[in-house]
Amino acid sequence: MALSSPLSPLGQSPPRPDGPGKVTGATRYLDDLEVPGVWYGATVRSKVAAGRIRRVDGDAARALGAVVVTAADLPGPNVLKVIAEDWPVLAAERVEHVAQPIALVAAPTRELARRAAAAVVVEVDAEPAVFETTDPATTLPSGRDRVLASCRSARGDASGALANPAVVVVEGVYSTGHQEHVYIEPQGALAIPDREGHFEVIGSIQCPYYVHGALEHLFGPGSVRVRQAPTGGGFGGKEEFPDMLCAHVALLARASGHPVKIVYERSEDINGTTKRHPSRVRVRTGHAPDGTLLAVEIDAVLDGGAFITLSPVVLSRAVLHAAGPYRCENVTIEGRALATNTAPNGAFRGFGAPQTQFAMERHMDRAARALGLDPLTIRARNAYRPGDVTPTGQVLGDDTSALECLRVAAERADFLRRWTLHERARAAFHLRGLPAPGIGLSLFWHGTGFTGNGERKMRSPVRLALLADGAVEIRVAATDFGQGTEVVLAQIVADALGCELARVRFAEPDTDRVPDSGPTVASRTVSVVGSALFEAGQLLANELARAGGVVADLLAGQDELVVEAHYEPDPTTDFDEATYQGTAYAAYGYGCDVVEVEVCPDSLATTVQRALFVADVGHAIHPVLCAGQLEGGALQAIGQGTIEEMRLENGRYLQDRLTSYLIPTAQDAPDMETILLEHPSTMGPAGAKGVGELPADGGAPAVIAAIENATGIACGDAPATAERLLADLLAGHVVPGGSSVDPFGLELAR
Amino acid sequence: MTTWNVRVNGREVSVEAPPMARVLDVLRESLGLTGSKEGCGEGECGSCTVLLDGRPTCACLVPIFQVEGRELCTVEGVAGTELDPLQRVMIEAGGVQCGACTPGIVVSLRALLDRDPRPTRAAVRESIAGNLCRCTGYERILRAVEELVGSEEADA
Repeated sequence: MALSSPLSPLGQSPPRPDGPGKVTGATRYLDDLEVPGVWYGATVRSKVAAGRIRRVDGDAARALGAVVVTAADLPGPNVLKVIAEDWPVLAAERVEHVAQPIALVAAPTRELARRAAAAVVVEVDAEPAVFETTDPATTLPSGRDRVLASCRSARGDASGALANPAVVVVEGVYSTGHQEHVYIEPQGALAIPDREGHFEVIGSIQCPYYVHGALEHLFGPGSVRVRQAPTGGGFGGKEEFPDMLCAHVALLARASGHPVKIVYERSEDINGTTKRHPSRVRVRTGHAPDGTLLAVEIDAVLDGGAFITLSPVVLSRAVLHAAGPYRCENVTIEGRALATNTAPNGAFRGFGAPQTQFAMERHMDRAARALGLDPLTIRARNAYRPGDVTPTGQVLGDDTSALECLRVAAERADFLRRWTLHERARAAFHLRGLPAPGIGLSLFWHGTGFTGNGERKMRSPVRLALLADGAVEIRVAATDFGQGTEVVLAQIVADALGCELARVRFAEPDTDRVPDSGPTVASRTVSVVGSALFEAGQLLANELARAGGVVADLLAGQDELVVEAHYEPDPTTDFDEATYQGTAYAAYGYGCDVVEVEVCPDSLATTVQRALFVADVGHAIHPVLCAGQLEGGALQAIGQGTIEEMRLENGRYLQDRLTSYLIPTAQDAPDMETILLEHPSTMGPAGAKGVGELPADGGAPAVIAAIENATGIACGDAPATAERLLADLLAGHVVPGGSSVDPFGLELAR
Repeated sequence: MTTWNVRVNGREVSVEAPPMARVLDVLRESLGLTGSKEGCGEGECGSCTVLLDGRPTCACLVPIFQVEGRELCTVEGVAGTELDPLQRVMIEAGGVQCGACTPGIVVSLRALLDRDPRPTRAAVRESIAGNLCRCTGYERILRAVEELVGSEEADA
């Protein structure tokens, strides 16, 4: 594959074509579309976490002039098929989580729809529910098995190595909580029915073909066309959940004969949609005295919520990333996803890997202290080098850059000197009043594209169309919900064609017009879809060259010439899902985050002051957008590590609005520096690796490591709120040598 | 329904609405100005930010009767036929991703720059502290303003 030539658009940062519409307010998002005759939908939801439905009565709503849809009115199976078939479109006999949809209404105005929804009578006999993965119950009240998925990855003999008395064994348990995506545009969808009983569905969505599949399952083949509206953020939250919302608007459109729109209000969105899976991860490692990892044993439990949805694949990625970017001969990783009576947890940037790597990174800091080492030395001792072997037996390529990321970050941040300074200062002073400074570091990796043989099964087709005016149109199902997909894919195609960027256009993702090039997930758009587009570009370039570059000759009177290419993974690689052996991912991105904080020793409030992100992205096609992915993703992870707390009360999220669920503002965010390293993979265009999810892995452990450096409080749970830190301090969770802080003058610390 | 007279983006507008109608709904539904977005409906996210007599204000929190005879500027009023230099630099510096927060941020920054043409980084942060962005981490938005201020100084 050609690397960029001096004239190539790769490595440039041209302005994104959707920019002017966004900065002027001209871009029409879903709720901005004018739809003649539109009705508004509303959802009647469960108020309890588990129970039997005794009665659903919509007569009073109908009397107001609304249409009402219940599970009894579905034209097809009452299931949204993701992996298993257990996620109901509407609850029928039972409810299994708070805010589960039970009935739908639609009316000519929002106000009437709201009143109609309130008029639907729902009677439920509540049952005791299960909320924690630590609950010993083996089934949900509905009788369904709580184990939604399990998997195991092993290499060598970890338990044997840990039993060796010469090995220093370190053990810890770490946890992360629910995290809400907070895309700024809430979930929304619109269905427009036609006379033949077909629908056009337009949504704020990541995956038009997921919706297409879900709706065909419900309404039959050939029944639906799905289009993506400009989408105001996704982060995984608009991956699988829109299957449900789009099914709901289609059902209401069918029942009413009108176009029907639903845009969730924020608290409805937070209560009713997916979250990042909470995790509880036990890590045991065995070390040589110099820190070398001799054995790793990990047991990871994810909270899947009430239905299977994507949990098996989230768990798989969690397990495959759990041991971090560290070489070790003896590794055993076991994972389970358990059901609780909460809304299904689902896709969220990083997809399981942030949870397990949070545990491993906090554990590496703990192990370093147990061995009398510093956070840098223990990581440098163990970081993957080219030729190292992963727990699945995959031999890592020449582009393996974990050690390089660590080195660049540590040098740039002057990490070791400053970390040591803060450690000594903490030992010397009992801090009162003045903020305590701290610096922390994390090292992480992220596999690009689908796990295992997923990309081989998908064989993503992409198309390029040469049009009569000489323009080339990209036709893929890859969606832009902020990343800059349109310009980056256009850069790749322009590079393959050797043409001006302005000649390449991006077709709106529309299932009537673009092939199913796969969902926009798994950091696969540039690396996988982009690779296939580069291939298609070369095919088209060859055709054009044969016609002497004359578009009219090549078209020969046709409106357009379409070329198609597929993503073809390396045929020599394979992954065995039964044994978890083989090539788990075609490429890995690596990253190292360094975060600096000040912690108030009286209130334990954390201020995040500076952050450095070093990431190997393989090849930065568009450096500005690439850095933007890394910075935005890292701030979400820093939020996860500090303030983004979500607690449950009787199965309801206490933080279910933006006044109580806090995300970082511009005044909470640190000053950021990003350094892009380019160790080209053999996979993506010009060596590009996946970028979107990598930063989700590093922010939370780095910021909590910095809090530990500042205060001596050894927190293993995200988010490390002030309350959490105080609880850790009171429980004696402090580093050897003790804490330096003494909130409230309680003389707790020493 | 009552008729309200408001100056919107430099134009006198008469609009019918109940007194407690939210300014956001009047802008979006009666006046077709959909650049202002609803992200939370309770004044937290700032994606509905407009200028009320020049001050950044959440349009979701203000009833229409309170703006009678006053002046509103929405994101549609920031630019004329050409992009405002702030809007251009926001695109070029990577301050725009999904775009849902962008109108509110553009409006807040415009108000800041009108008041203080050479703001410090801390002042820029403060000016958009009421505008949540979940995509960028804010860094590229801050740099956009710094580039703009820097280039205007170089031109001077």
